[in-house]
This record gives sequence, C-alpha cells and structure tokens, in this order.
Amino acid sequence: MILELVYFAAAVLFIVGLKQMGTPVHARRGIVWAGAGMAAATLATFFYTYDGPTKLLLLLTAMALGGGVAWWTGRRVAMTSMPQMVAVYNGMGGGAAACIAALELLGGAGHSTGVLVLAVLGALIGTVSFSGSMIAFAKLQGWFDRTLTFHNQQWINFGVLGTTLLLGLLLLFFPSFAPLLLLFFLLALIYGVMMTLPIGGADMPVVISLYNALTGLAVCLEGFVLDNAVMIIAGTVVGAAGTLLTRLMAKAMNRSLRSILFSAFGTADTGTAVAVEGDMKESSAIDVAALMAYSREIIIIPGYGLAVAQAQHKLWEYAGLLEQRGIRVRFAIHPVAGRMPGHMNVLLAEAGVPYDKIHDLEDVNNDFPNCDVALVIGANDVVNPAARTDEGSPIYGMPILSADQARNCIVIKRGRGKGFSGIENRLFYADNTRMLYGDGREAITALIQELKSL
Amino acid sequence: MNEFGGFIALYIFMLAAFTGYEVIARVPAILHTPLMSGSNFIHGIVLVGAMFALMHADPNSPTQLGIGFLGVLLGAGNAAGGFVVTERMLEMFKRSQPGPHS
Repeated sequence: MILELVYFAAAVLFIVGLKQMGTPVHARRGIVWAGAGMAAATLATFFYTYDGPTKLLLLLTAMALGGGVAWWTGRRVAMTSMPQMVAVYNGMGGGAAACIAALELLGGAGHSTGVLVLAVLGALIGTVSFSGSMIAFAKLQGWFDRTLTFHNQQWINFGVLGTTLLLGLLLLFFPSFAPLLLLFFLLALIYGVMMTLPIGGADMPVVISLYNALTGLAVCLEGFVLDNAVMIIAGTVVGAAGTLLTRLMAKAMNRSLRSILFSAFGTADTGTAVAVEGDMKESSAIDVAALMAYSREIIIIPGYGLAVAQAQHKLWEYAGLLEQRGIRVRFAIHPVAGRMPGHMNVLLAEAGVPYDKIHDLEDVNNDFPNCDVALVIGANDVVNPAARTDEGSPIYGMPILSADQARNCIVIKRGRGKGFSGIENRLFYADNTRMLYGDGREAITALIQELKSL
Repeated sequence: MNEFGGFIALYIFMLAAFTGYEVIARVPAILHTPLMSGSNFIHGIVLVGAMFALMHADPNSPTQLGIGFLGVLLGAGNAAGGFVVTERMLEMFKRSQPGPHS
C-alpha cells in the first residue's frame, strides 16, 4: 500500500518535473523534483524487497558501484562530451531492462503467453538500445570515426534482426531454456552494433535520441511484465517524448529518420554538386579587429568547432569588449549547432552568455542584411548557401543562417579543409567573406589584443 | 494479471503516451538537449524493476544472481548518471536572465 502510494507520487513528480524542464525559468526545479521522485521510489522499493542478507549485500554493492561510477563520471565530464554521456547512461537503462527480462524468462513459470511476448519484446529493444548506445558513445568519443559500410549491409542486418525475432518466438515456448536465451541476447547485441555502425557522426544525436525513446519503451514493457505502474508510466512518457524529440531533431537537420537509419551519410552523391569558383580570401587578426571595432551590428554564429577549441569564454569576453564600444552583439544559433539541438546553448550558457543575446534561426535570419559583420566561428554546414540553391547538395533544403547576406562575413576556421560532412562551402569563396585561419581560441585571443591596442 | 488489470495497464499506456507527447510538444529548441538528458534520467526508474528482479531471483542460482546484480548496477548507473548530467546542464541556465526570445 505504502509502496504503491510512493510510486504514485513518483509518477506525478516525473511528469511535473519533465514539464518544468521544458520552461527555462523552472528547468532546474524540474530535475530536482524528478530526482526526489526517483529517490523516494528507490528507497521504498529497497525496504519493501528485503530478502535476506546475501541479496541485500549484492543489491547494495551493485547500487554503490553502478551509481557511484556514473555519478563520478557525470560530475567531471566536460560539457562538450554531454551527448555521448547521455548515450552511455541511456544504454545502461536499456541493459537493465534486458536483465529484468532475462530473469523473468529464466524464472519463467507462471507468466501467460501475452506477458512473455512483452518480456521478449522488451528484452530485444533494451538490448539493441544497450549495444547501439555504446557504439554511439564510442563514435562520438572518437574511438573510431569511420562509418562501416559493406555490400548488402541492409540485407544482412535484416537477416540478423529476423533471426533474433525467430529466436524470440521460440522463447515464448521454451522461456527458461538457457542456451536459447543466451543466443537470443547475443544476436540482439550484434544487431544493435550493426545497426549503429553505418551511421555517421553527424547523425549520431538523432540516433541517441531514438535509443532514448527505445529504452523508455523497453522499460514500459518490463513494467507490464512486473505489474509495475510507475515503470509503465515513466517508460511510456519517455518513449513518447523521445520519439517526438527524435522527429524534431531529424527535421531540424533536414534528414528523414529512414535515411539516417538506412543509409550512411556521405554515401549520398556529392558529385553532382556545382563546382565552386573563386578563391578563399585570407585576412589577418588586425584587419578583422578593426573592421569589427567600427561596426554597429554584429551577429556571431558559433558552431561545434568553437566548443572543441574551448573558446566560448574568450568569445564572450570579446563580445563584452565590443559591447563596451556601443556595438550591438548577438549570437545566432542554428537548431543543429553543436552535437545536439540545444547543445550550443548549453555551451554558451556555461561561458556566461545570457539568454536574451542568444537567438534562434527564425528570430535572427531577417536581420542579416542589416548586419555589418557576421562572425562565423567553428561552423560550416549551417551557413552553407548550397542548402538554399544547389539541388544536388546533400544538405539541400536544410534551413541555414544567412551569413552570406551580411555586409561582411568573417569565418574563423582551423584550416582550408571541408567540415564535418565533407561538403564544399561556397560562402567561404564569396566576395564579402574573409577567412581567418587558426585555432578558435588563439584567433579570438588575438582579436582581443588587437581590439585593445586600437 | 487478470483481463481487467491488463486493460487498465493498456489505458495507463495510452494516457502516458499522450502525456509524454504533450509535455514535449511546445518546448523551445534550446532546451532539447537538457530534455533528452532529463527524459533519459526518468527511465532510470528501471532501477526499481531491477531491484524487484534481483529480489525474486533464485538465491541458489549464481547465474540469476549475476544477471540481477548486473541489472541493478546498470539501472543505478542510468538513474545516477542521468540525474547528475541533467542537473549540471540546467544549473547553468539558472543564472541567465530569461529574455524575450527564450
């Protein structure tokens, strides 16, 4: 009775908390409330399930080990690595759901066929989410960045999935036959790996979001198996919210979920793209500093390269100096800047940039023609005019920030190479564009020095 | 689970699905990353299920105890890690002045 009451309270706290996380003002309160719900539910379960000292010891060790390591890594990981950490924790949740399913199947007696179906489905989804998330983590972490593709990959993947499903069907009849169970989980693990391997780094956030929704679904399914309402509610809410988030992200990147999952980025034919004419025109820190010092309107377009160079704080310092000269400085953020939608906002917030200076694409895009300088730093595809004009380009149709319409465009870039997606950017060759080559942080430090000595 | 109970569960599923959809539907893009992380934390409730599973496991079977142990370990990692990273992200938003565009 008490347990059910606590679970009920936890479910309410989760939903209210998630709702609050959706408004910037109350966002932090939201996670605290959800956290309180989680703590209460865990504590109540802890007292309710006591079953002898051996298991208690196992339970406490597992909780201390898993929770402790996760807490510790979560505390010290850099903000730029957030997406892959979310992937890891999400994968752990999927793995936990799979473990529940395995135990319920092994102890198999007493479950109706319907419940067994749910358990097997949850096991499959949870396991795929586990191994897939780990591959996503490894890719974003840079442990290997090649997208692995081979001939007939789709068919082989479908074959693995089909075999796994067939084994799952067999499990309904022999749920506690251990070798079958083992083979089933092994194949599900392999399928998660094979499904994720061909997906490129740029699409990874969408995939992580998808796995997040899948884990939610797996948790919900195991909730049915265990007759646990709070698991059903929390899992379903996350499943639905995650599905919507995944679609929003895919839409912001102008990619359909189907094309992300079933074709590797870059295999799209880039050969038809219109050849780029002209040269990239290089500039120096002193010229750029002078140009910007005598502007009235500046829009800064930060990309992931900024975060890689750890230049957010320097950039904000530079923006402050410009503001002291009476220049209006704003930040324009593309929906997919960073590694996830909203990731760049988090990174700028970390540097102390207040909200009201950060603008979405729709807010700011009409202001570029009236802007003296558009400063592009560490961004590439999100300002590529080819998305507007070149039907042959893989990013055709993606909304972009119209940096090319500003009176002047300054691009700070590490080198002459192409960006994350390997697509040529005509903005860099435009007449009103100047390139400032170098590491993001060093370039901005130089700009600050030049500005001060003007 | 009897037939009525099964249908109650199905109703819960449907209503929760609508709730999840509605809660996210009108959220500004800037909060998508924290929200993904936050929803990732919320399915950490799987920990509770893993605790039940471990407690129901056959105490004489090392395999079952091992799987139960692994489940609790992973579930605890999901919950703890999800909470810490979400909290860290949202804490940074705290100091900012909410502007007209937020």
